[in-house]
Amino acid sequence: MRYVDEFRDPVLAKRLAAAIRAEARPERTYALMEFCGGHTHAIFRYGVQDLLPPNVRMVHGPGCPVCVLPIGRVDLAIRLATEHDVILCTYGDLLRVPGSRRASLYKARAEGADVRMVYSTLDALKVARDNPGRQVVFFAIGFETTTPPTAVAILQAKAEGLKNFSVVCNHVLTPAAMHGILAADGEMRVDGFVGPAHVSAVTGSDAFLPFPRDFGKPVVIAGFEPLDVMDAVRLLIRQLNEGRCEVENEYVRVVTPEGNRKAQALMAEVFTLRDSFEWRGLGPLPRSALRIADAEAEFDAELRFGLHTTAVADHPACACPDILRGTKKPTDCKIFGTGCTPDNPIGACMVSSEGACAAYYTYGRFRAPEETSVA
Amino acid sequence: MTTPRTPRIRPIDFEHGRIDLTHGSGGRVMAQLIEECFEDAFDNAYLAKRDDHANFAVNAGRMVMSTDGFVISPLFFPGGNIGSLAVHGTVNDIAMAGARPLFLSAGFILEEGLPLRDLKRIVASMAQAARDAGVAVVTGDTKVVERGKGDGIFITTTGVGAVPDGVDISADRARPGDAVLISGTIGDHGVAVMSKRAGLSFETEILSDCASLNGIVADMVRAAPGIHVLRDPTRGGLGAVLNEIALQSGVGVRIRERDIPVKPAVHGACEFLGLDPLYVANEGKVVCFCAASDAPAVLAAMKAHPLGRDAAVIGEVVEDSRRFVTMETTFGGARIVDWLAGEQLPRIC
Repeated sequence: MRYVDEFRDPVLAKRLAAAIRAEARPERTYALMEFCGGHTHAIFRYGVQDLLPPNVRMVHGPGCPVCVLPIGRVDLAIRLATEHDVILCTYGDLLRVPGSRRASLYKARAEGADVRMVYSTLDALKVARDNPGRQVVFFAIGFETTTPPTAVAILQAKAEGLKNFSVVCNHVLTPAAMHGILAADGEMRVDGFVGPAHVSAVTGSDAFLPFPRDFGKPVVIAGFEPLDVMDAVRLLIRQLNEGRCEVENEYVRVVTPEGNRKAQALMAEVFTLRDSFEWRGLGPLPRSALRIADAEAEFDAELRFGLHTTAVADHPACACPDILRGTKKPTDCKIFGTGCTPDNPIGACMVSSEGACAAYYTYGRFRAPEETSVA
Repeated sequence: MTTPRTPRIRPIDFEHGRIDLTHGSGGRVMAQLIEECFEDAFDNAYLAKRDDHANFAVNAGRMVMSTDGFVISPLFFPGGNIGSLAVHGTVNDIAMAGARPLFLSAGFILEEGLPLRDLKRIVASMAQAARDAGVAVVTGDTKVVERGKGDGIFITTTGVGAVPDGVDISADRARPGDAVLISGTIGDHGVAVMSKRAGLSFETEILSDCASLNGIVADMVRAAPGIHVLRDPTRGGLGAVLNEIALQSGVGVRIRERDIPVKPAVHGACEFLGLDPLYVANEGKVVCFCAASDAPAVLAAMKAHPLGRDAAVIGEVVEDSRRFVTMETTFGGARIVDWLAGEQLPRIC
């Protein structure tokens, strides 16, 4: 398939792997965090780690929108669906995410709640139009990639005068999470970042300029194809070797320095910053998420239904916070592959296929010692 | 057919009529539906006897029996419908034992309001699929449920078949060194059905691969009676079936991504939806495990059959106490092909 196969070419991959081996200095290690779940998925699905030398280690970041949604917000979605008799629309990935006491939207649906999987915010609007007698709520999740479409839906609902449509906004901001990881106390073993792909198409690569400047960590924006990831790894190694520290853009076929201005304007029109928002695995991070702006408050389901989020602590044995900061690997966690599996996830990183633990369990487990890998 | 028909006032209006509760009442209307819809389409002496059972002679040797329920939505999809699927599905389950399918039973659960035109079309496809596969639908049952308690129509089919002597095919017989073959491209059925799902309709030229595999299987078994394992990768796709076989046989399986046939349009749809073709359903493909020495003969038999033109050897069985299915990726790395966790859902990012 054009525009895809070129970026999965095994011959180019071998050549790039050789270049990386040649450039990586044997006397040091390189710990590189890919922020996005899309990168994590590509690394495992194509076996990218196999092509990297042993002293180049990928650290799998928190950039999976489903994984980072805190338990309290999942509980809120379940309460909304079961107690307020609404039609709750959301992206499919979220249905399996466990809230408190292993409840999930899937299970709520089995118990009679009207929960519908949609592929786009416009599908949710259609549900609202088709069911004028019911309240329809879109439970919005995701980073800067899925935020503009939510803004479009709200403005469209306003234009149509759709009174039965509202949104629970859980949109979160990538730079804020990277900032949260770097600013946290304690050990941090990341030398540089593979920067987000689709997120950067919206924010622009300039949004990442503070990271080299304030934290001394280079960032290379990369696409989601395996060759993109390898190319970014080579560029990061080169920066580290040369003592440079800057934002580079490998994904020039999509990402510009300033990003998608129209999408940014839509986001600014419809949303405003929350003072603080909890991230599963990372805890509360200041100014890291969006809520619906006062001008559009009539579409805010949290106000319409008087919803409140109750903070719920993550499982005590879960090592997600350390895994997300790169100080532990999934296999270092006591409950990895035993108490916590993709079928019965406990921690954030196991929840979606893009989470570090789920990707490791699903695609990489055969490298682990036998005793940790029997399901 | 010589059986006297039930006395009645007028023939069923298949053009405008709908299923109502009287069609399942046990009265004259039900009898009329059975005659005009089912008996006429399936047309065989067993059914015409109107007993509550079918009566047939049992030959020497081993019998094989299998049952399957069909609840697919939408009822009609590119390349088939729930009726043809209900025949292919059970015929294939019988064929996977290396058996010759002989007879089918069919149970219909009809929802009040189902257009009779749709029912007639579905039953006609079933009858055609049964004729093509050389099996007869010899007994059946019809129930009607109230509106809202079904999804138009549910069909359950049960089949019996006979296995030739010397053939012993089972998913616990894979051995290290065995070759793994597949009869053609994967994911066609799942993508064809998904393209018609509510909320997801997209244009594709992909048709469901749904087909009865007893013909190609008979050719394969003739070419190599010692075949170890046959299985049709339906729900859960190739990925699920390889894991089932690895688990049942206590072995590992290693496959090569570059050798697995996938149509470009299926590849494209999966990219677009964030799905992995390895886990997308098929309804007309067979996975075969056989001794490496038998592989060339089996492959040749597959390729000579119209349903096996794209057949390929895709991997081999290895010793692995962890029973992992691993794949050498086209990219040059390796990964696990795991069981699917829950349903395969599109990724949002």
